[in-house]
Amino acid sequence: MSVRRSRVAYAFIAPWAVGFVFLTLGPILATLFLSLTDYDALPGAETSFIGLDNYRQAFSEGTPGTALLNTGFYALLYVPLSVVIGLSMALLLRRAGRATGLLRTVIYLPVVTPPVATGILFLLLLNGQEGLINAVLGWLHLPTPFWTTDPAWIKPGIVIMSLWSVGSVAIILFAALGDVPQTLLDAAQIDGAGPWSRLRHVILPMISPALFFIVITNTIASLQLFSEVYTMYFGAQTTNPPEAALFYVVHVFEEAFTFLHMGYASALSWLLFLVIAVVTAVQLAMSRKLVFYRGDA
Amino acid sequence: MRLRLPVGGLASILVLAACGGVGSDSGADEGSEGQIDGSITTLGFGGEDEIGMARVRAVEEAYADLDVKINSGAFDEQQFLNAVSSGNPPSLIYLPRSELGTYAARGALVPLTECIDQQSIDMGQYLDSAVAQVTYDDEVYGIPEFSSVRLLLANTDALQEAGLPADAVSVADWDQLAQSTRTLTQLGSAGIQRIGFDPKIPEFLPLWTAALGGQLVSEDGLTAQLDSPEAVQALEYTAGLVNDQGGWSEFKAFRDGWDFFGGQNQFVADQVGAFPMEDWYLDVLADVSPDAPVTALPFTDTTGVPLTYATGQAWAIPVGAGNTDAACAFAATMTSTDTWLAAAEASKADREKSGGEYLGTWTANEEADERILDEVYEPSGNAALDDAVQVVRSVQSVAVVDPPSPAAAEVKRAWEDASLRVLQGDQTAQEALTQAQEEAQTAIDEALR
Repeated sequence: MSVRRSRVAYAFIAPWAVGFVFLTLGPILATLFLSLTDYDALPGAETSFIGLDNYRQAFSEGTPGTALLNTGFYALLYVPLSVVIGLSMALLLRRAGRATGLLRTVIYLPVVTPPVATGILFLLLLNGQEGLINAVLGWLHLPTPFWTTDPAWIKPGIVIMSLWSVGSVAIILFAALGDVPQTLLDAAQIDGAGPWSRLRHVILPMISPALFFIVITNTIASLQLFSEVYTMYFGAQTTNPPEAALFYVVHVFEEAFTFLHMGYASALSWLLFLVIAVVTAVQLAMSRKLVFYRGDA
Repeated sequence: MRLRLPVGGLASILVLAACGGVGSDSGADEGSEGQIDGSITTLGFGGEDEIGMARVRAVEEAYADLDVKINSGAFDEQQFLNAVSSGNPPSLIYLPRSELGTYAARGALVPLTECIDQQSIDMGQYLDSAVAQVTYDDEVYGIPEFSSVRLLLANTDALQEAGLPADAVSVADWDQLAQSTRTLTQLGSAGIQRIGFDPKIPEFLPLWTAALGGQLVSEDGLTAQLDSPEAVQALEYTAGLVNDQGGWSEFKAFRDGWDFFGGQNQFVADQVGAFPMEDWYLDVLADVSPDAPVTALPFTDTTGVPLTYATGQAWAIPVGAGNTDAACAFAATMTSTDTWLAAAEASKADREKSGGEYLGTWTANEEADERILDEVYEPSGNAALDDAVQVVRSVQSVAVVDPPSPAAAEVKRAWEDASLRVLQGDQTAQEALTQAQEEAQTAIDEALR
């Protein structure tokens, strides 16, 4: 590439790079520094360097652990369910014929609902006594839990709410399914493979990069879930936030902006970053055996 | 090791990116020496209703050279912290009085001694309980605004159907109240059909504790008293009431399903026997169901003496704010008796225009309240609502409040969480409040460090 063309490329990249350095990298590094202080963001208070005290506090207090367990439980439930339901919807979409375009739009529409609206909507839908979801379950003679008030059912209720926007997963997998070579499917069918066998031995390996992408991004998003849960259980218009709904980022937010422990909240954020990094590294390691890239064959 | 943090610059960048700017520097003008002019900005005061707009008009009329910029929306800690971190605080903040102590203790607010002198603000015109809430370490940090009190609202149809007199849900006799609750409660195969009595815990635990003569935090806000015998007994009793009516999960799910602000609210739909509630709910009932079968009673202590729990807002000036003279003049004018009277007139006219009933404007300014009731308020002819107004009036001076605490949010969270653990059957009241006491006192001590 010529020097002139390189300069043009850098010029185009520059706005993003400047924004990244000042608005993302700068604050990230600032929180690393703040995590070693008792900074409370108020002008009148003095700030002290306290070393690793915030990190020690995070390990000695019960609440961050509870919040992490709540968040992990949610991620373990939500990520597999989102993949299974999203894949099922994508497979059905492939069979929708001329209605595919319309259905694709309909499936994706919930994704554009603002998270706050989703939270409020599902508080009504999940109400244990008056909610629509229990009305349907009751009609089917299934158990009708108190999704929003029974600690044992609060997290499954939040998973149901999150599955509302599973359309994004379905759309990505629908696109991936389009890349599965028909010749492979035909060959498998001629060899006597049934629908389940074709799914397991042809389709899943061929779309495994897309599945891996979804697992990685949904896991990270699950560990950072905030808006919907905060709206449902911790916002200004709510009362009695239950411990079962205390997700990790909600806890970080409360420590920072409600309890004014900005330094401690910074330490909690860095711990979450480390957790996400470890989880992602494990997933990447596993992907070497489980994900099939066509160029690798 | 004490630090001078370089985070202000970074925070400024963040703030520039994240918010539209609420600070007094955003176009603000300091004003001339000794003059009330220039511009000021406020944070946390919506002011979109008639009462708010009428009072802002009063300020604008009193100080024609002053430009007042009102940032809409309730007080938002995140917005406030962003503004002060960037060195661009608003001229005034409008926040719940219960939170004021936290900011005062951390040195984030300007003591108003000079402001009170300068504007000749008579602090004696405000309710003692409100003044106590804005006073931290013997310094006044806020000018009190509204006052919201709690009273008992009872469903007269339900009481009549059960053959009970209105005082059967009086909180003076807790044994009788438990008996009335059992009588009024309706549990069916489809779950709760009517809550007999809703004690409104966790949120009203301070009121129930006060009914036994206790207080969750000491007067100076520095000592948590969450495990006091009064608090333990109050939590045990109120959690017991909930458990007798189906248990917390079912009880709350049923309550969450009420059409609280609608025409089919819990009184019209016969879903509750009685509960303690804030006085503003009378305005809701007057709007959506003026003929609902409701009667108001004062909450009392266990000897039958009226008692209430009050909350409200206050104006305060953050450290570093510009044009403090004008900010002080604004707060003084907004809370003066004449301004409240003008606001009450505007509110009455607005409600008459929309066909609603005017039930008074309840402020922390005692003198204003008296004059509003004498000069502006007129009985509506609806006996239930008119009686309710008199109940609200009668309890203003017997209010207990949350003392100004350096860790108000954490103390509140401690007793709320404790109440939930008891309601969910995870702990006894004694265990839960012992844990909460430790959490709350640790938070207070750390805030003071």
